[in-house]
Amino acid sequence: MLSLTGVSKTFFPGTANERRALRNIWLELAEGDFATVIGSNGAGKSTLLNVIAGSLSTDDGAIVIDDRDVTKLPAHRRAGLLARVFQDPQAGTSPHLTIEQNMAIALTRGARRGLGVGVGRKRRSAFREELEVLGLGLESRLKTRVGMLSGGQRQALSLLMASFTHPRLLLLDEHTAALDPARAELVTELTVKVVAETNLTALMVTHNMAQALRVGNRLLMMHEGEIILELDAAQKRRTTVADLMDRFTSVRGQLADRSLLS
Amino acid sequence: MEAAIEQGLIFALLALGVFLTYRILNFADLTVDGSFTTGGGTAAILMYNGVDPYLGTLAGLAAGAAAGLITGLLHTKLRIDPLLASILTMIGLYSINLRIMRGPNVGLNMRDGQVIETIFTPLKQAKLMASWQTVAILAAVALAFTAAIIWFLATNFGLATQATGDNPQMAVAGGISTDWTKIVTLMISNGLVGLSGAIYAQFQGFADVQMGIGLILVGLASVIVGNAILGTRYMALAVLGVVVGSVVYRLILSYAIAWEIAAAGDMKLISALLVVVALVISQNETIRGWVGKISASKSPEAPEPLTAPELSAQPAEGPTPLDPSSAKGA
Repeated sequence: MLSLTGVSKTFFPGTANERRALRNIWLELAEGDFATVIGSNGAGKSTLLNVIAGSLSTDDGAIVIDDRDVTKLPAHRRAGLLARVFQDPQAGTSPHLTIEQNMAIALTRGARRGLGVGVGRKRRSAFREELEVLGLGLESRLKTRVGMLSGGQRQALSLLMASFTHPRLLLLDEHTAALDPARAELVTELTVKVVAETNLTALMVTHNMAQALRVGNRLLMMHEGEIILELDAAQKRRTTVADLMDRFTSVRGQLADRSLLS
Repeated sequence: MEAAIEQGLIFALLALGVFLTYRILNFADLTVDGSFTTGGGTAAILMYNGVDPYLGTLAGLAAGAAAGLITGLLHTKLRIDPLLASILTMIGLYSINLRIMRGPNVGLNMRDGQVIETIFTPLKQAKLMASWQTVAILAAVALAFTAAIIWFLATNFGLATQATGDNPQMAVAGGISTDWTKIVTLMISNGLVGLSGAIYAQFQGFADVQMGIGLILVGLASVIVGNAILGTRYMALAVLGVVVGSVVYRLILSYAIAWEIAAAGDMKLISALLVVVALVISQNETIRGWVGKISASKSPEAPEPLTAPELSAQPAEGPTPLDPSSAKGA
């Protein structure tokens, strides 16, 4: 489904600030895989998502999604294959547009946008049904501007917008990190539900190790631009947060980042 | 008063163009000052040489759109800041406009004892200039374009355009080519500005290379005044407000002159002051609170902050995709 072969990315090459964000990454996700990605700050997690989405170019290696080599495609042309939810709840939606208008944009992701009506009666009722799944009452607020919603509501909407069109690949970039614990839990539950129900292939970056172990069928640990640990479903079940911490500590040769415990 | 309303309705087309860039695209487009003259000059020189007036007017629209295309390409392909890209086009157009008109101005009244045919000729001959009939005709034109823009903004492409101005990151993630939506919108916008110039040149009976100077402020004033009157909560009212704003703005100016508060030469200063006052009012929380109370606080939504587009060196869509400095938390 998704394959990265020898992908590398260096920022500010040849300067004093040179930083190798990704070093020779090899990654293979099968159809329906839900992989969580953990690692300390600067490990390359977000860069990994950004090169897959096309927000960043690669220096080396190839990215293939669904048998299609997308390595050279700009971000907006990869959008038909993948959808993203960002960490910032503001990032995934358009604040001055209404809920239904935002969903119309998501619905036409990757398609040619012509002069057809953006939100017609048929689409509106479909959007209402989709929104009911969230259980946040948004289905009765179709004409509300998204800027009026809370962070949690916006993030839930972003998740729905990313998933209801059944993209080939769903990228989640610490999408619960900016929410309060209750909202984060809600959005996590929705994520698990949505991915399971629609059998999406997903890659989720998270800072929360317990969440990384609980959610999905695979786990990747990154450190300094490399994938240093890969767990399959069975291994994940046997692994505890303490095991992951030990692993981190041994790799880093120092006490692991406190934020990893959160 | 009819004459002022007529002018307001003609400049409403320009204001609608400014609305599309300033409000929808969040793009400070100064091309307007040049493309208005390009539209007016193109139409005038064609009619002066006997071309059908409607065809000539349409050519003014096309010339304006071409100017918008240049700004769009400068910004999207060469990554020049919106403000600077549009200034470059505007300045360059000054020379091009002189070439188009083969001089600083083109008269549209008589040539070799013959009346030059313009779209206003029948109205002039029937002595209907500055009449309610002409106001009605021009209002119909302005409202037709208003309706077209309201329709456009509700289409799939129109929503993509709105997202481009509202949240570029989301737009790109949603598969929108923000380069394309910007170019198309700049062309539509400056097409309207060129059309406005073409009609205005015929209205005043000549095209002049100076005719566009300062009109970006006229457009901005119309947008801000109109949105203050009809609000921005509903897109249809926001667009209609631009036409209302343009007419109100003209009426204010004409009364200022008629009552000898100001002379004709003070117009530009009044435009500038009006925009400053409107911006300050719309940005000041306290004053906005008063205005909100006065204009019936039934709207559950807070009033839109009417902020000027970023005039700093910040590119409209943030760091370019290939810019390593855009990497966060890598």
